[in-house]
Amino acid sequence: MESRDAARDRTSHDADRPLAPAAHREHGDLDHHHHHHADATTDPAPHDANALISARSLWLSRAGRTILQGIDIDIAPNEIVTLIGPNGAGKTTLVRVLLGLETPDKGTTRRKRGLVVGYVPQRFEVDRAIPLTVSRFVGLGRRAEDDDMARVLGEVGAGQLGDRQLSELSGGELQRVVLARALVRAPDVLVLDEPVRGVDYVGEAELYTLIGRLRSEHGFGVLLVSHDLHVVMAQSDRVVCLNRHVCCSGVPQSVAQHPEYARLFGPQAARAFGLYHHSHDHRHDLAGEPRPPPATGRPEARSDSQSDGQ
Amino acid sequence: MGEPFLLRALFAGIGLAIVAAPLGCFVVWRRMAYYGETVAQAGLIGIAAGLALSLNLTASVLVVTLAVSALLVLLSRQQMVPFDSLLGLLAHAALAVGVIAAALVRGPQLDLMAFLFGDIFAITASDLQWIYIGGAVALAALVYVWRPLLSLSVHEDLAAAEGTSTERVKLVFVLVLALVVAIAIKIVGVLLTIAFLIMPAAAARPLSETPEQMALFAAIFGALSVALGLFVSLTFDTPGGPSIVLILALFFAAAIFPTVLRGRR
Repeated sequence: MESRDAARDRTSHDADRPLAPAAHREHGDLDHHHHHHADATTDPAPHDANALISARSLWLSRAGRTILQGIDIDIAPNEIVTLIGPNGAGKTTLVRVLLGLETPDKGTTRRKRGLVVGYVPQRFEVDRAIPLTVSRFVGLGRRAEDDDMARVLGEVGAGQLGDRQLSELSGGELQRVVLARALVRAPDVLVLDEPVRGVDYVGEAELYTLIGRLRSEHGFGVLLVSHDLHVVMAQSDRVVCLNRHVCCSGVPQSVAQHPEYARLFGPQAARAFGLYHHSHDHRHDLAGEPRPPPATGRPEARSDSQSDGQ
Repeated sequence: MGEPFLLRALFAGIGLAIVAAPLGCFVVWRRMAYYGETVAQAGLIGIAAGLALSLNLTASVLVVTLAVSALLVLLSRQQMVPFDSLLGLLAHAALAVGVIAAALVRGPQLDLMAFLFGDIFAITASDLQWIYIGGAVALAALVYVWRPLLSLSVHEDLAAAEGTSTERVKLVFVLVLALVVAIAIKIVGVLLTIAFLIMPAAAARPLSETPEQMALFAAIFGALSVALGLFVSLTFDTPGGPSIVLILALFFAAAIFPTVLRGRR
């Protein structure tokens, strides 16, 4: 009954188009996007044929407010793209359009044929009316054999939670379990919309390290939404800074030094970022190396303000 | 025991309990109790129309419940009037139309009570056919959409992003609800139909660890309360439908109180 093809590849007419002219992003390169409202009338650039998800000239207005203004974005296999921007910048809206949950007023979204998406939404509120164990919930992502289930729960450090009720989990545990549901689908692309609500700074950094490690192991593309460049920087290949339009994009270091970034987040953020960058330089290099699973034997990342979805 | 009318009542009630249990779980999970109430009350219009035109009452009720479901889908697209107000409005408008129509059709002597609260002892062999064939269709459809419907009831956006065709699955659910309401009205009446859907599910919730367990416990509660309700009705000469609902309420109380006393939420 879950007809996957219906939701995907809405503009399949150009699926057979030959390779688009190189939309190469050399590391260190920085694309700077000016506001050009002329975008609406000029022909958009062709979709990147290699991209898992590719969008061109997305425009979207709600209640008289233009939330997306001519957005172009591509997520390539094995690439971690981080979307940052202030509140109200349209990050979640853009993610929803890319996932096909919302239809843009103008522009096209193309998903690779048969693309399997793993999604970790911004808010996950547990509904106590539905009795649901952790493994049953994860299994809703895909019918999974027992060892598949054990493997993904182990990968996110939730190996011992399988028989627990979803409603009994702490915020940090719940976040890992939702991630496990995304992973059990063996996704081509993992989409995480600010997956760190109600989790403290250590838990946040741990989660991003985990995602970086899983990407190295599985080779899926990742689209990550974050309000904070500091913690995601070590794991990101490319950062797209969004404020309804794409302000700037490139490798994390170049975005952090970009005047548009400083303007959006304040010079202090840019400076703090620089410090972080220096003291944690080694981490970036080690990002691909296997590390012990984060949760086992460690104090659970948890914040008292949000113990579960109540 | 052994009286044909009693056996028919028992089979009708238990058949309904089996299909109402999983459906009622979804009504509870999707917070559609008031929606179901509205569709059921609109069934009275179908009864009036059926009496006026001498049609099969279950068939004419089914036409009306389907039409009202379609109307609600259309009306849910506007946002000027909140959906629960809309349901309240429609439920009572339907009740008013139904009562007036019934009065015009047969005069005040018509036994309106039988349609409001059901008349389980008047179930005929043809009613039983409707209940079992309609119930089997409803149950099969529900089993078919079970996984995607459960997934979107847990988190609709997540299900949609994973490729579930949410609109289609929701449509199947709404159609199944209209069908089950139509076959339930003869047995428990327009005013008690929704009780028969949500009470077994609600009583089953505190005892359940999985969605399927909840549906199973709900079916057991439903079937038991049909048997006990009929026994009470015969013993104390009380009306059938309300007696069953009373037993269901007692089951719910027994199931929920330990939870409340233990201070669990």
